[in-house]
Amino acid sequence: MSKIKSLDELRQMKARLESQMDIREKSNNPEKLVQIRVAMATCGIAAGARVVMNAIIERVEREKLPVIVTQGGCMGYCYAEPTIEVKRPGEDPVVFGHVNTDKAMEIIDKYVLHGELVDGILPVNYQTIEKN
Amino acid sequence: MPNYKMSLLCCGGTGCRASESVRIVERLREEIAAAGMDNDVQVVVTGCFGFCEQGPIVKVIPDNTFYTNVKPEDAEEIVKEHVVKGRKVTRLLYEDPDTQKHISDSKHMGFYQKQLRIALRNCGFINPENIDEYIARDGYEALAKVLQGTPQEAIETVKKSGLRGRGGGGFPTGLKWEIASKSPGKEKYVVCNADEGDPGAFMDRSILESDPNSVIEAMAICGYCIGASKGLVYIRAEYPLAVKRLQIAMKQARDYGLLGDDILGSGFKFDIEIRYGAGAFVCGEETALIHSMEGKRGEPTVKPPFPAVSGYLGKPTNVNNVETFANIPVIFLKGPEWFASIGTEKSKGTKVFALAGKINNVGLIEVPMGTTLREVIYDIGGGIKGGKEFKAVQTGGPSGGCLTKKHLDTPIDYDNLTAAGSMMGSGGMIVMDEDDCMVSVAKFYLQFTVDESCGKCAPCRIGNKRLEEILDKITKGKGTMEDLDYLKNLSKVIKDTALCGLGQTSPNPVLSTIDNFYDEYVAHIVDKRCPAHKCRALRVYAIDPDRCKGCTACARACPAGAIKGEVKQAHVIDTEKCIRCGACLEKCKFNAVTVQ
Ligand SMILES: Cc1cc2nc3c(=O)[nH]c(=O)nc-3n(C[C@H](O)[C@H](O)[C@H](O)COP(=O)(O)O)c2cc1C
Ligand code: SF4
Ligand code: SF4
Ligand code: SF4
Ligand code: FES
Ligand code: FES
Repeated sequence: MSKIKSLDELRQMKARLESQMDIREKSNNPEKLVQIRVAMATCGIAAGARVVMNAIIERVEREKLPVIVTQGGCMGYCYAEPTIEVKRPGEDPVVFGHVNTDKAMEIIDKYVLHGELVDGILPVNYQTIEKN
Repeated sequence: MPNYKMSLLCCGGTGCRASESVRIVERLREEIAAAGMDNDVQVVVTGCFGFCEQGPIVKVIPDNTFYTNVKPEDAEEIVKEHVVKGRKVTRLLYEDPDTQKHISDSKHMGFYQKQLRIALRNCGFINPENIDEYIARDGYEALAKVLQGTPQEAIETVKKSGLRGRGGGGFPTGLKWEIASKSPGKEKYVVCNADEGDPGAFMDRSILESDPNSVIEAMAICGYCIGASKGLVYIRAEYPLAVKRLQIAMKQARDYGLLGDDILGSGFKFDIEIRYGAGAFVCGEETALIHSMEGKRGEPTVKPPFPAVSGYLGKPTNVNNVETFANIPVIFLKGPEWFASIGTEKSKGTKVFALAGKINNVGLIEVPMGTTLREVIYDIGGGIKGGKEFKAVQTGGPSGGCLTKKHLDTPIDYDNLTAAGSMMGSGGMIVMDEDDCMVSVAKFYLQFTVDESCGKCAPCRIGNKRLEEILDKITKGKGTMEDLDYLKNLSKVIKDTALCGLGQTSPNPVLSTIDNFYDEYVAHIVDKRCPAHKCRALRVYAIDPDRCKGCTACARACPAGAIKGEVKQAHVIDTEKCIRCGACLEKCKFNAVTVQ
């Protein structure tokens, strides 16, 4: 193991190590971040939710977005899976249905980052992240 | 390195390890591997979450799900349900003591909501055996910054923060460092006091187990400030996990050049050694601690000279408590102004407390100075167990006193606690309810002091023994009102004449219980009655003839043959014969036996 020789080297090292702590850091202040919850019940997974979730997580990591991605259980929308719920800080959550990877990227571009709504919103009729 | 999408933080603190947390970690890893998710889900062994009584704890990140009382056999369900399908395992969630509702995540738990974690910032969050995780959270950056400036500048920063010692005395830390830095001498020492012997206290042990690097970093900063190249951690051999984690952290720090010669390329040299204590309470007192490290008897000596002038091997020595050190890196990272903005006028920052006794959420907590006892006991502690009535809380351990209902809204800081007849101490907080007898509480602490007194000076060696004897007499119903005055006078003499802090504070539990619960002492002395029914010698057992069904169960159980009565007729207890064992009370299925 090589020695750290200066504050700069320490900071470079920290920058390399930071990403492994990223989800822990974010979970410390979820209320300040956009929370995306991917429904991962049996039907969600069957409909490809895991692929969508991985795509979202990879983008969030790559672009260091202020977003925390969690998985949820059954939301009661089997007909519209995969579904994702997005909660912007201080706003009510919104649920999107039939989300494939492309749709997920559109949601991130428009709604997550700028609050612009996109097609595919489902009526909310279940317990949200907040009420849980 | 895989980019994990989920982490399971498993407590590897002493408490949770005692209930198989190591096995839980193994099982979780097996299940995750079986689900083919090893590249997505990471299992991290952390230090204590402070919620030991309901441990083992497993916390799921990023959704902050907080599982309590987890067993190895629960691993499969956690992985198959929560990790794979996103469904929380409800039965393992924390249950709110008031509403009996399951709380989905730690952000919604009263226990955590009012806490502010500075000293405990990494506890239950990072893996204490991996220095990389500490560095990822800005670890050693404070040291690196300090090394770029002068020692005087760094001392100024600590002074400006207003940090005061967390080991009990509350002495301003920056000032202490300044005195040690100005003491002439080439060879100086930094000592970390990790003796922690108060009954029920485990703040310091927990910090060392959960975040040893923060203490190492702070000791190095202190070394640079006062001009020392050697640090010593004095810790009890009976804390093996803390010792092991400290050793691992020291080795990793050396490998990275964060301890040793030429730290961070600055030319500054500093290293740390561990010294083991045998577990005597008095060895926590700094002069006794120093003697013990020198291989002498662990007895205190008169101050001055203070250790800052003449300490270990007669050299200038700066002694600080573990928690004091744990605050230091954050002060440099976030600035002294930030630190000084937290707390009250004369007590800055936060304090860690070990909540224990008759409280729902037993555990380790950290709150801003100025938080009220009510917030700590009811909001964080979840109130008194079994819905009973709050009676008192003992702060400051055997050196402190009890605080009562009238103090519930007092903001907690050094000066307010002292003014209320107690003290901050190192952070033990033992909550008592209506069933606790305050005379017995005072006796308990005096017994502790008598056992732990080193015997060097007469007021403490003999005086405390006398106090204990009188308290014992009172709990047996043999006390007199003159004894009360005698207790008070003797207490004052001990406080004024004892040589070290142990004796100087040992009468506090007596004085504060007499002050706050005078009636209870009088009840024991005059009415020969213990209002809490704790003092066995004062209990009077009787049978309520209206409730008694004459089942004879009590009479058969009574070892003294004190219960008489015919079958199906009311029974009677002969108080002369009764030895107050309580067997009848336990046996009676009809609640006919009463105790006064
Ligand atoms: C009887 C007695 C026991 C003590 N035990 C401890 C202890 O276990 N840990 C501790 O840090 N300080 C303890 N102290 C206080 C130390 O003497 C010393 O004041 C403290 O370590 C200084 O560090 P601080 O300024 O950071 O609080 C004790 C004092 C007395 C009188
Ligand atoms: S006060 Fe007690 S512990 Fe302290 S030196 Fe005297 S006898 Fe020893
Ligand atoms: S308390 Fe014990 S000795 Fe007294 S009456 Fe009951 S069983 Fe007998
Ligand atoms: S056990 Fe209770 S009910 Fe039975 S004889 Fe004793 S007091 Fe009466
Ligand atoms: S199982 Fe698909 S929404 Fe419930
Ligand atoms: S040891 Fe696990 S929560 Fe304290």
